[in-house]
This record gives sequence, structure tokens and C-alpha cells, in this order.
Amino acid sequence: MSIVKTKDLVFEYIRRDEEGNVEGITTAVDHVNLTVREGSFIAILGHNGSGKSTLAKHINAILDPTEGTVWVDGMDTADPEKLWDIRQRAGMVFQNPDNQIIGQVVEEDVGFGPENMGVPTEEIWQRVEESLRAVGMYEYRKYSPNKLSGGQKQRVSIAGVLAMHPKVIVLDEPTAMLDPSGRKEVIRAVRALNQVEGVTVILITHYMEEIVHADQVFVMDQGRIAMEGTPREVFSRVEELKSLRLDVPQVTLLAYELKKRGLELPDGILTTEELVKALCG
Amino acid sequence: MSIILDHVNYIYGGDTPLAVKALDDICLTIPDGQFLGIIGHTGSGKSTLVQHLNGLLKASSGHIYFDGQDIYEKGYDLKALRSKVGLVFQYPEHQLFEIDVFTDVCFGPKNLGLSQSEVQYRAYEALKSVGLPEDLYYQSPFELSGGQKRRVAIAGTLAMKPQVLILDEPTAGLDPRGRDEILDLIKKLQTESGMTILLVSHSMEDVAEYVDRILVINKGSILLDGVPREVFRHYQELEQIGLAAPQVTYIMHALREKGLEVDDSVTTIDEAVDQIAGLFRR
Repeated sequence: MSIVKTKDLVFEYIRRDEEGNVEGITTAVDHVNLTVREGSFIAILGHNGSGKSTLAKHINAILDPTEGTVWVDGMDTADPEKLWDIRQRAGMVFQNPDNQIIGQVVEEDVGFGPENMGVPTEEIWQRVEESLRAVGMYEYRKYSPNKLSGGQKQRVSIAGVLAMHPKVIVLDEPTAMLDPSGRKEVIRAVRALNQVEGVTVILITHYMEEIVHADQVFVMDQGRIAMEGTPREVFSRVEELKSLRLDVPQVTLLAYELKKRGLELPDGILTTEELVKALCG
Repeated sequence: MSIILDHVNYIYGGDTPLAVKALDDICLTIPDGQFLGIIGHTGSGKSTLVQHLNGLLKASSGHIYFDGQDIYEKGYDLKALRSKVGLVFQYPEHQLFEIDVFTDVCFGPKNLGLSQSEVQYRAYEALKSVGLPEDLYYQSPFELSGGQKRRVAIAGTLAMKPQVLILDEPTAGLDPRGRDEILDLIKKLQTESGMTILLVSHSMEDVAEYVDRILVINKGSILLDGVPREVFRHYQELEQIGLAAPQVTYIMHALREKGLEVDDSVTTIDEAVDQIAGLFRR
């Protein structure tokens, strides 16, 4: 069953000059058809300005389509009556954790979402506890968010979304501002959400290593879906990715370069274990 | 000529119960023309450190010498220092504000009190060196892409003609190609104009690929200092403080464990390809 579906989705920005006259129209999303199966882990890649964030903002109705339709859990995002249901069903996490945390205490921050949905107090506390445990931040529930590292803050942001019991979480470059261990913590938490809690994940990132475990990868360019497939299929096309201003994980690149030097290796190696096995038998 | 830090300490909130030692007895010499990478987890003190180098923060104790002169000496011209040591902050494009790209880049040199023709010449040169297409010079900076905006912001600092360029995570949020372009540009500034470069980064792969020397900062002091190979040899220590080695170093370790005679201190893809391919040719 599909949890998110777009049909011929188009989004246009109208550019205006200082007097407010229309200078031109930019098509940020151009006839995108996307189906995301419930419970899957989807990655969206694409260079800066390729339209991936604009696409993501349609999934919880921050943006309305110019043309075409977006359904979230069967609801049309253009239907104003369904707005709050959609935002509860599809949560979003952004790049900068400092812009997303509002509470003075971690547990208060996580409770903010369900409180606004009118969840009874008893249940709010239950949800806060579950969500913080899911991202491994329960011991920090009494902390001030100011005292946390970037990776920890970002996990609190994810818990805040999780407490609203969404079916799908969209993460727009959640690790761009983090150090290596912060990145690892966040990705581990995201994978756990997907595999243990069964939440559908849509991850947007510029770090290729983060998505080797995704079920499906979409690569965007000029507002369209330029490539699509499993990580192995997509990362086998090294030159094509480079022409789209992207990259492959270091291990994939190493295998690709070795193959060019005449070593016999399979295409699209994604992990160190695979490469070691291919080389050492 | 060089930058020398002599027992530099910095304490936030000095006389309060909340005092935090952000820099702890830093001793460091940065020779001219070096490309120095600074790594450390969030909150380790790396940004505090670089903000001392152009006098934005003043050490609680210790001395900093720039070109042999103590910058804390009475009468030292801090304004001149700031034009010699250019600092590009994180997300520098948030600081763009002028009506067009060219005017924005002129802002720095204009404030140095230079003649208008000199200001314009420098802005032109700086924009050229960051490789921004000329048809964008008179566009609003807000209409450019993320990577282009970042180039404009870097050009704004270059137009001050600094001897030392400090960049705090200049590639955060850029796509892989944009990241390579910015790093190639910085490398070119070092090799062609002999600029000293300090790069604060969270990407171990980038640091391994580009810098001459790495400084690892932890809890306000220098934990490791050396060429990338040496520093990443200590990958277990790095992991304990929230860092890592480049993925390729881990691959080499794994291969060595399986009995392949490869050098596990390799830190770049090119070296790894040569090593492994060489082994299999024999």
C-alpha cells in the first residue's frame, strides 16, 4: 500500500522584480510521479537546487502543488480540511536542530506536538517516553536542549515528530551540520524508527554513505526524477551520478577505480564487507 | 613569518560559577603557506580557537604573535590584522546583504578606506578567482544557488587580500560537486597565491584529501597534530572523541586483517587504488 503518492506534481515559483512585476517562472518540481510504499526507507538525492526540498515540502502540505496531486495516507494535500490530519501523519525534520527545538527541557519539547493535537496529559507523557526511548535519548529527558550536542539535539527533534505518531517522517538533510559521531547517531536512530517502529522514512541527504541501506533511491535533477532504483543499481552508475553533481560512497568509488585498473569486481559494491569479500574471497 | 600561539587560554564567563575553559593552554605554530585542517566534535573549541587568530576573541591569558608581533601589545593595529586574517564563518551566505553581487564584494575593501578604483579592481579580481560567471555580477545575491552564494561570500573576504584565510565548515550543506569545487578553489588559493589556509571541517574525507597538516582539538586542547596519515592512524582515539578516519582507511584495515599486504595508514582513494591494484598485478 502506498503511504505517499504524487501524480504529475508540478510546482512553480514566480520570480518578481523590486516593483513586483513578474520577471519569470521557475519550475522547481516538474511532473514528478512518486509512489512510496508504507514501511519503506526511501532516499532522495540531488544537487543544490534540483528540487528535492521543494518536493519534500509537499509531503506535509507546507507547499501546495501548482499542478497535479499529492496524496498522503490517501488524503489529498490540497484539501484544507485535511491539513492537520496530514501534518500529523507526515512529520518533517530539518537541517538545523537549533531552529526546531523550542522547549526549555527535552521532555517538554517532545511533548509540544501531541499537546497541540489535544492528546490527554497521561498519554502525552507515555508518548514522550516512548519517543525518547526510540531515539536513545530517554536518559536526557530532564536536560536543557542547550546542553546537548548537535546529534543529540537532532534526535530530540526526531522524537518530537515521533510523539505525534506519524506514519511517515521526511528528513531534509538532518545531518548536514553534524560531526561524524552525530551523523552516525542520527542515521542509526532513523534506521531504528524504520525497522523497529515501522515508520516510513524519506531521507534527503548529500552524504552518500547514509543511504546504502535504503530500499529505494530517487535522484532528482531540474525538478524531475532522473534516476531511480535500489542503492546498488543507482551507485553502479558512477559517471552518471557525477554528471548530476553527485558522488558515490568511498568504498563504491574505490571498487569502481579498481575495476578500471582491471580487477574483476562486481558493480555497485556498497559496504566494506562486500569489498573485502570480493577481494579476499 | 607565521602565526604563533603561546600558552593561549580562554575562559567563558570568567568570574561566574558558570566559567568554562574553552581553550586550554594552546601552543601552536602555523608557518606561512600551510594548509591546516582543524577537526574536533561540536563544542570542542575549534571555532573559539580560530576566532582568536584575527582578534575577535581575546585570550584570557597567553600570547598570539602574527608576523613576529604580539597582537595584544598596546597600540597593535587590530583593524589591520583583520584585513590580513580573513575569516569566513559557517553559512557565510547568510551575511550577504547588498543589492547585487559586485556591490556586496566591494563592501570589505571599501571599509579598508581604499580608492574606489582599487575597491572595484579588487572585487573584480576576487570574483574572478572564485570562478563566478561574469553575467551574475550584477544579479541580486539572493537569486544565486547555494554554491554560488558561498563563492560570493568567500570573494567578499578575498577582496580584502588576506594573507591567511580561515574557513569554518565552508562546504556544509553543499552537494558533492559543489563541495569539491569550493575545496579545489581553496587549494588553488594556497598553491597559486601562497595563502595560509585554515580549514575547520567535519568531513574526514575532505581533510584527508586536501590538507598538509591536521590539528585535532578536544576539550579545548590539542589532542593530535600531524600529517593526515599520522593523525588517522589513531582512528580509535578519534572515535572516542566523536570523530573518525576516512572510510577508505577502515577499508584498508579490514583488508589487512584478512591478510592482504596493504598499508593501512592510507587516507585517500588514489593511494588505496595504487596499493590494491599493485598487489593484484603481482
